[in-house]
Amino acid sequence: MAAITAGIVVFPGSNCDHDTEHAVASFEGLRPVMLWHNEHDLRGADVIILPGGFSYGDYLRAGAIARFSPIMQEVIEFARKGYPVLGICNGFQVLLESGLLEGALSRNRDKKFICSQTTIKAVNSSTCFTSGYRENEVLSIPIAHGEGNYFAPPDVIRTLEEHNQIVFRYCDENGNVTPEANPNGSVGNIAGIVNREGNVLGLMPHPERASELLLGSCDGRRLFESVFGYIAGRR
Amino acid sequence: MPYNAKIKVTLRESILDVQGKAVEHALKNLGYVSVRSARIGKYIEVSINEPEEAEAERICNEICQKLLSNPVMENYTFELEHVN
Repeated sequence: MAAITAGIVVFPGSNCDHDTEHAVASFEGLRPVMLWHNEHDLRGADVIILPGGFSYGDYLRAGAIARFSPIMQEVIEFARKGYPVLGICNGFQVLLESGLLEGALSRNRDKKFICSQTTIKAVNSSTCFTSGYRENEVLSIPIAHGEGNYFAPPDVIRTLEEHNQIVFRYCDENGNVTPEANPNGSVGNIAGIVNREGNVLGLMPHPERASELLLGSCDGRRLFESVFGYIAGRR
Repeated sequence: MPYNAKIKVTLRESILDVQGKAVEHALKNLGYVSVRSARIGKYIEVSINEPEEAEAERICNEICQKLLSNPVMENYTFELEHVN
């Protein structure tokens, strides 16, 4: 069977693109292709990953300028056709700016850039990205961001909850979703959401940095495994 | 005839402005006891080469909604200045 192709978009200022490539390449039958922001061709990608970093230096707002990159037109169309799109950290910011996901990310509550190992809970394990997790499984995955404070108006939050679109919430190591376990002030401890259709996931934590034991955790690996398995199953 | 748009983008009241908070605390620490709050926003100048003011205004609204502000968490205002 032909390899599954994971397209990793490289914006000027992306800095987790090669970490993501490394994580993807560690799976058998997976072929990462790097897609420059100026391209219009997704080169046969089965899944698109928008990696972390500081696209366009975070000028204006994180993700605001990247959202209008030429390749994003193709990514938006790809997502609208139902193919899987994953946005990690800055990639999540780009997905929100592009309107593929709802809400916005503002500065962390405590003003600091936070780079630390965090525990999150997979509160929805029915998506194509999280099927490898047990419902409410507690995962150890690092975060590294200055603007990860998720915000959406109350009616949007209600809609997200009604449609089971909240996928990850920050929690303590026992899985309790508490204000103390909220690193950045996000509404409802939200760390990741999907769109209504379930094919677009954005999250602030970095699964690619938790994809091998050498890095201290393998908990992020199953996210990739889930979506790659989903693609293989559809062939 | 070009217009100069002076655009201000501010965080909505309901959004915590952490930079503003830090400035507010610094001012209070400096002894300015009458300071009640501080909010930080962005100021952007855009020169628009359009003969009609109405068209310049339309473009300005469009770029504010499309790129310069994020309507989920920000408001914008602008003034158009005629430049000879």
